[in-house]
Amino acid sequence: MPDTTSKITFSDNNSTFNSAGVQFIINPYDEIALSKAVELAEGGKGTVTVLHVGDASSEATIRKALAVGADEAVRVDAPARDAWFVANQIATYAKDQNFDLILTGRESIDYNGTQVPAFVAELLSIPSVSIAKKIDISDSSATVEREIEGGKEILTTSLPLVVGTAEGVAEAKIPNMRGIMTARTKPLNVIPAVEVASLSAIKSYETPAPRSTVKLIDKDNVAQLVELLHSEAKVI
Amino acid sequence: MSVLVYIENVEGTFKKSAFEAVSYAKAVADLAGQDIIALSIGQVEESELNKIGTYGVSNVVTVNTDQLGQFVNQAYASVIAEVAKSKNASTVILSNTFSGKGLAPRIAAKLSAALGAAATALPTVDGNKWQIKRTVFSSKAIATEELSADKRVISLSPNAFEVKENPVSVSVENFQPNVAGSDLSTVIKDIVRATDKVSLPEAEIVVSAGRGLKGPENWGMVEELAEILGAATACSKPVSDAGWRPHSEHVGQTGIAVSPNLYIAIGISGAIQHLAGVSASKTIVVINKDPEAPFFKVADYGIVGDAFEVIPQLIEAFKAYKNS
Ligand SMILES: Cc1cc2nc3c(=O)[nH]c(=O)nc-3n(C[C@H](O)[C@H](O)[C@H](O)COP(=O)(O)OP(=O)(O)OC[C@H]3O[C@@H](n4cnc5c(N)ncnc54)[C@H](O)[C@@H]3O)c2cc1C
Ligand SMILES: Nc1ncnc2c1ncn2[C@@H]1O[C@H](COP(=O)(O)O)[C@@H](O)[C@H]1O
Repeated sequence: MPDTTSKITFSDNNSTFNSAGVQFIINPYDEIALSKAVELAEGGKGTVTVLHVGDASSEATIRKALAVGADEAVRVDAPARDAWFVANQIATYAKDQNFDLILTGRESIDYNGTQVPAFVAELLSIPSVSIAKKIDISDSSATVEREIEGGKEILTTSLPLVVGTAEGVAEAKIPNMRGIMTARTKPLNVIPAVEVASLSAIKSYETPAPRSTVKLIDKDNVAQLVELLHSEAKVI
Repeated sequence: MSVLVYIENVEGTFKKSAFEAVSYAKAVADLAGQDIIALSIGQVEESELNKIGTYGVSNVVTVNTDQLGQFVNQAYASVIAEVAKSKNASTVILSNTFSGKGLAPRIAAKLSAALGAAATALPTVDGNKWQIKRTVFSSKAIATEELSADKRVISLSPNAFEVKENPVSVSVENFQPNVAGSDLSTVIKDIVRATDKVSLPEAEIVVSAGRGLKGPENWGMVEELAEILGAATACSKPVSDAGWRPHSEHVGQTGIAVSPNLYIAIGISGAIQHLAGVSASKTIVVINKDPEAPFFKVADYGIVGDAFEVIPQLIEAFKAYKNS
């Protein structure tokens, strides 16, 4: 993902995202997912595989995930065309690996879809929670707290399961020196992508119109603000 | 061919976002020259179902079996896809709520449909090529996405499309779905709702405060202001991290994204990660004692002043307005 402070620009007549000069980071929600996975596997209770769909330029970022504590990594060697494409790659790989839990972030902060987790679960015919605030795993079931409008819902479900993680699921783990050293020797397998029919494509981008400059109101005349909100902005 | 709109109920009632989806779907059906059918799942009284007619949709299908009393995305997606097939719907529309986010991809996969998630405006329709608009890069850009399949699922962002009244009378049909046991392995144990307050993602007005408020003991006046305006309260990330306010109020890139008609930010600097979750608001008011605070750059109205002096005056001014 582009770092959140990056300036977002487009080229080729506003059809392509300009990645030149942009600093790339692990999606902040994926850091949460990774930290939760490492936490669950700690003490030999399991292993963690990191999967990324993208080209070789992301390998440094994948090594960072290994440094946080994942055991191995897989890179599906293809540009991440859209969520449906990515989900098919994840589901195809997961199908014969018998994972108990597939964690994703709640959304990618570039294309902001919240599509991948439910797509993956549907492709595998297993339960899913797209935006989870808390996850507890026991032998063959999970208790998950998910966000709903104005509150939360607590549910239990069976494994295998797909969960999109939001803030609160785990504290982001920072790699230590040992992690960074061992990350270099952990396996990073590159596999080819499966073919997927393309059903959607982004054609162009526009940047939102800048707001007209701020109208300042004197702090001793707040009644004027109320009047403007009513008669000019028409929001009250 | 027809348009099917799934309308989500919350404990038997339809929220504003549900009627936005109905209004949007009706406009889409008119654009595409197709019939429109609304689908409700779960226990909803006839009087509530009749409200769908207010927004121009007369054909309402309900699925109301015991198995589907509570929302389980696997089972609901199966039912929506089944109804879509049986009604020959080539377009399925739903609201992009928290539940909608878990449903839309599943429905699209079941129907081999293209997914247009989080649409913010009416699509353009050209045969099987439809184009939707949605925000990307944490609201820093808007993308035009083309859906090119025989079928499509479109989820509509809440607060992006205004409800349109167009009253017709409603006829209700009961539908008996085939629900597989394997779709029902999820059980809802508990639902916790903040009942006394306006729900943040749906609120039309949001009063939000940051570290400038100094401590949790000072939120009384923020809540009072919100109450007068019928607004939801929100906060910046450090405020919820410090435990001054619950995490459910944290807005921004890593919190909830909101797009109310009016967002009032008090004592918040306007860091880019905060703006990512609020810049889609229609009107932004910023109150900050520092005239250089970055938030003023994206505000429509601003007051440079001390929150502890300005908020009490605002409370009085809004009270006077409400009583006038
Ligand atoms: C990866 C990442 C993700 C993040 N996600 C989010 C997010 O989702 N949401 C979010 O909010 N932040 C997020 N942040 C944090 C963000 O960068 C800022 O640190 C945060 O928004 C600042 O909060 P604040 O404005 O409340 O506090 P401050 O930056 O401390 O600002 C306080 C403001 O209050 C003003 N003030 C002080 N006293 C008064 C007074 N008496 N009256 C009026 N004004 C006063 C000051 O002038 C100042 O502008 C994220 C950061 C990172 C690195
Ligand atoms: N290219 C990718 N490779 C691996 N995982 C991805 C990729 N794109 C998205 N995801 C996962 O899917 C989640 C949701 O993405 P999205 O549906 O695009 O918002 C992200 O937080 C990631 O965990």
